[in-house]
Amino acid sequence: MDPGLLALAFERPAIDWHAVAPEIVLLSMGCLITLLDIVFLDRIRPYTAALAGLGLLATTIPILTLAVDGTDRVLFGGAYVVDDFALVMKVVFLLAGYLVVLMSTNYVAEGDYWENEYYGLLLASVMGMVMMASSRDLISVFVALELLSIPAYLMVAWRKRDPRSNEAGLKYYLMGVFASAVMLYGMSLLFGVSGTTLLAGIGEAVGSDAGSVAAVTLGIVFVVAGFGFKVSAAPFHTWAPDVYEGAPTPVTAFLSVASKTAGFVALLALVFVGFYGRADVWEPLVWVLSAASMTVGNLVALRQTNMVRLMAYSGVAQTGFMIAPLAVAGHSVATGDQALSATVTYLAIYAAMNLGAFAVVITLARRTGSAEISSYAGAFHYAPGLTLAMTAFLFSLAGIPPLGGWFAKFEVFRVLATAGEPWGYVLAVVAAVNSVIALFYYAAIARRMWAEDVPDGDLSPVSVTPSLVSALALCGIVTLAFGVAPQAVARFTNVSLLALGG
Amino acid sequence: MENLLDGWGLTMATFSPLLGAAVMLLIPKEREDRHRLIALVTSLWVAFVSLLVLIWFDLGATDRLHFVVDKSWIEAIHSRYVLGVDGISLPLLLLTVLIVPLCIVYSWNHFPEPRNPRAFLILILVLETGMIGTFLAQDLVLFFVFFEVVLLPMFFMIAVWGGPNRRYASMKFFLFTLFGSALMLVSFLALFFLTGAESFVFSEMADNVVANAVSHTAQLWIFGGMFLGFGIKVPMFPFHTWLPDAHTEAPTVGSVILAAVLLKLGTYGFIRIAIPILPDAAVGWAPWIGLLAVIGIIYGALGCLAQTDMKRLIAFSSVAHMGFVMLGIATLTDFGINAAIMGMVAHGLITGMLFFLAGSVKERYHTLEISRLGGLLVQAPRMGWIFGFCAMASLGLPGLAGFWGEFPAILSAYNPANGVPVETFRTFMVVAALGTVLAAGYLLWLLQRSAFGNPPDEFANDPNIVDTTRTEWIAWAPMLALILAIGIYPNLVFGITDDAVDASLAPCLTVEAPLDHDLAETLACSEVYDLGGQDHHSHDHTATGG
Repeated sequence: MDPGLLALAFERPAIDWHAVAPEIVLLSMGCLITLLDIVFLDRIRPYTAALAGLGLLATTIPILTLAVDGTDRVLFGGAYVVDDFALVMKVVFLLAGYLVVLMSTNYVAEGDYWENEYYGLLLASVMGMVMMASSRDLISVFVALELLSIPAYLMVAWRKRDPRSNEAGLKYYLMGVFASAVMLYGMSLLFGVSGTTLLAGIGEAVGSDAGSVAAVTLGIVFVVAGFGFKVSAAPFHTWAPDVYEGAPTPVTAFLSVASKTAGFVALLALVFVGFYGRADVWEPLVWVLSAASMTVGNLVALRQTNMVRLMAYSGVAQTGFMIAPLAVAGHSVATGDQALSATVTYLAIYAAMNLGAFAVVITLARRTGSAEISSYAGAFHYAPGLTLAMTAFLFSLAGIPPLGGWFAKFEVFRVLATAGEPWGYVLAVVAAVNSVIALFYYAAIARRMWAEDVPDGDLSPVSVTPSLVSALALCGIVTLAFGVAPQAVARFTNVSLLALGG
Repeated sequence: MENLLDGWGLTMATFSPLLGAAVMLLIPKEREDRHRLIALVTSLWVAFVSLLVLIWFDLGATDRLHFVVDKSWIEAIHSRYVLGVDGISLPLLLLTVLIVPLCIVYSWNHFPEPRNPRAFLILILVLETGMIGTFLAQDLVLFFVFFEVVLLPMFFMIAVWGGPNRRYASMKFFLFTLFGSALMLVSFLALFFLTGAESFVFSEMADNVVANAVSHTAQLWIFGGMFLGFGIKVPMFPFHTWLPDAHTEAPTVGSVILAAVLLKLGTYGFIRIAIPILPDAAVGWAPWIGLLAVIGIIYGALGCLAQTDMKRLIAFSSVAHMGFVMLGIATLTDFGINAAIMGMVAHGLITGMLFFLAGSVKERYHTLEISRLGGLLVQAPRMGWIFGFCAMASLGLPGLAGFWGEFPAILSAYNPANGVPVETFRTFMVVAALGTVLAAGYLLWLLQRSAFGNPPDEFANDPNIVDTTRTEWIAWAPMLALILAIGIYPNLVFGITDDAVDASLAPCLTVEAPLDHDLAETLACSEVYDLGGQDHHSHDHTATGG
């Protein structure tokens, strides 16, 4: 054989199969669902949801074995990394995906939508997220991002006979593509300066003298702004309310938790591994994004009459909280680690409480057929359990102990107040004021459910399906457990990216 | 001290109510009698445990924490589960565990609309856990959690069982308190960072502030944040506006718990956290706290004179009374703070009673409009007399508990701690003394309008208006007895608090110069106030005031 040809031939990179086992399991499950549908058609459809859920849960098994093993695995020359951070986030994505499957089960079946494709796309999107958690390279970040986004565009427009759903799908698609373009432009600038797509390499270049050129500044601003769209941070949040309202509610829950978390994961990897040397650029940017998101989100949420729109704006405000620790993360490596832990903690707790709130919204909509807040009046009289659950989720979102949200907010305050920077204190005060504003609308909903009369005097109970009960119970238990014993979540979210990025 | 309570006693006291509430959740809501019984038994059990705490409490060493539990809780943030009780916490703990069963007894067969005894009683029990936890917690984060846990049940109690304007009142209560506590939390964290502390435990915090020489400016800011958190809860003027609304709209039992215990969480926070940990900043803030306190005294009293609703009037009188408590605290002397704790206990008993009475009047007359009431002594003589008794106690009649809260607080302002401007506080003292005159004015006027004279025509033959019922007697008798007992023998409270207050002020006093003893001794109106024995008070006025 010609030795020259051999040298040119594709050389298979060494693959650590254990490290990519979760992705493989997930991928096989997605393919299996599609294949089964092609072969068995209608006969298999009632089981698709269960299969999808099973697939997501099965994926956590290799993650557990990886966690027990405990070594950091670096694949593909550093483009794909399996470390604690990646593992924790993967579990969050998979469990969030599982909860969304539970919420979708009856919604999709009873709404006469395409079931099989729905779950196939859902798994594909979760696949993108799981990959995102490990991506440490501009290209793998971008591929993961598109993999998680494109199925989501389709799922948003799933109610295809409803113009609002179509509008939402189109809007989400256009805004998403626009954001991707902005981000890509920023990435190209960063690649141009550093000559590598590896985040670690970019981190080195950015940290050196070469990093002080304007192109790097511009690149960082563009990339952060691009992810600002993804995580719906003000002023890049304008798509969220319309998309949330138009999309099928389980998809909205998926977007508001999983998709947002994925955006955050990428942002964290980029900031901590790639841009850490230029804190002077991203710290002020994040500060403004955070303060603006909290304030705009909360103030606009005060005026909402539709529950889903309200959750959209409250989600914007929550984004402001999650991103806040990054505003002081460049202070020192210790603060950076704390900031990362705080944001990851927040993401994990937020996933439980926000999905819980959406599960209640979906359940109540089964009776009222509406997401108007006025239709929630007097829910206590016909659905005391649901009202109690909703109260817990809302006050958890508001950050009232002993519900999980308090610890999430506490961690944010802790980072802001312990960085020792004046701007950190100012942002902490902004956050404190905002948590009061947020309480107003959360408490107003709870009060309406408890204290008001049922609008039409109809006291017939809500039909709660078993899958929704499981979703509610899971979210409720997790929300309460994280609040009473925060160590349960804190021990897992105590992760670091800076050790890698330098 | 080895006994049964070590290790589990305080935890038991704190969480038994939650356990009771959990059991009630499992029983269908139609079994009302069962719910009442479980709630009562639970609260009595907690009272029993607390009584054991009192019995085994070493009254010779009240400055020490007793029955300490110290377990790891949230390692990630160095927060520990530390509970303990000392002389400052004990009276308030006992007050709480006394009030709660009485409230349950009182509501025995008249739950406010929309009834639902199960939910109502569960809220009371959750509230009890929060209140007890706040008084026992010895870790800033744990304290914060309990401090906040109290909010939810009270919010729902007002929002669901409240009066016509309950929506506005409940929201206002919640938002005001949360605003304060959010900033308080930021202060706690800033303190944690600046001191470089290893944990959030109170005692360590105080040591670390001194050891790490936290800058004076930072201390002032941090104290400011705590001041907002605690001051809103007290409530101090000008943050008091939530209180009249909340009280007016809350159901009777809600008002009683609010007045008797919740307001004390704020003043307790000052005594337990803000002042011992940040003594320097406390000295800086003292004149302003004192100023707001006396404004509260006068403003509350004037507010009372202008009220037409009995419950609202009592609410405003709370603002005035808590003003006296805060004035005592602002002096930063052990004299003043002992008076403040006494004031807290007395106010809890007396104003709690007044709210009970207001509730019973409302139930009989279906109105609290003072101008429509009258002749209570004719129609319900026993209740009228109880009302008179409580009004007298509230205006500070010597021999009843209210006196021991008010008078020493005023007196302590004559001679504040070193570094606190003496002339200013003497002015406050005069103004506060005028406040007692106003207090006599509004309370006697209230008594005259509602209890004296003949019943108005509309109620003259109303069969609804009966004298004190049996449940009311059971609920009220212990409180009335205590008002009298503490009035006659104030050492019941002072004896417990004195050493503990001394100890908590120790960090303040270490930085101060020695004092002249004579004046302190002349002030020691009771043997409890053994100021002469303390050589760490100093008096600028010997130089300045002459």
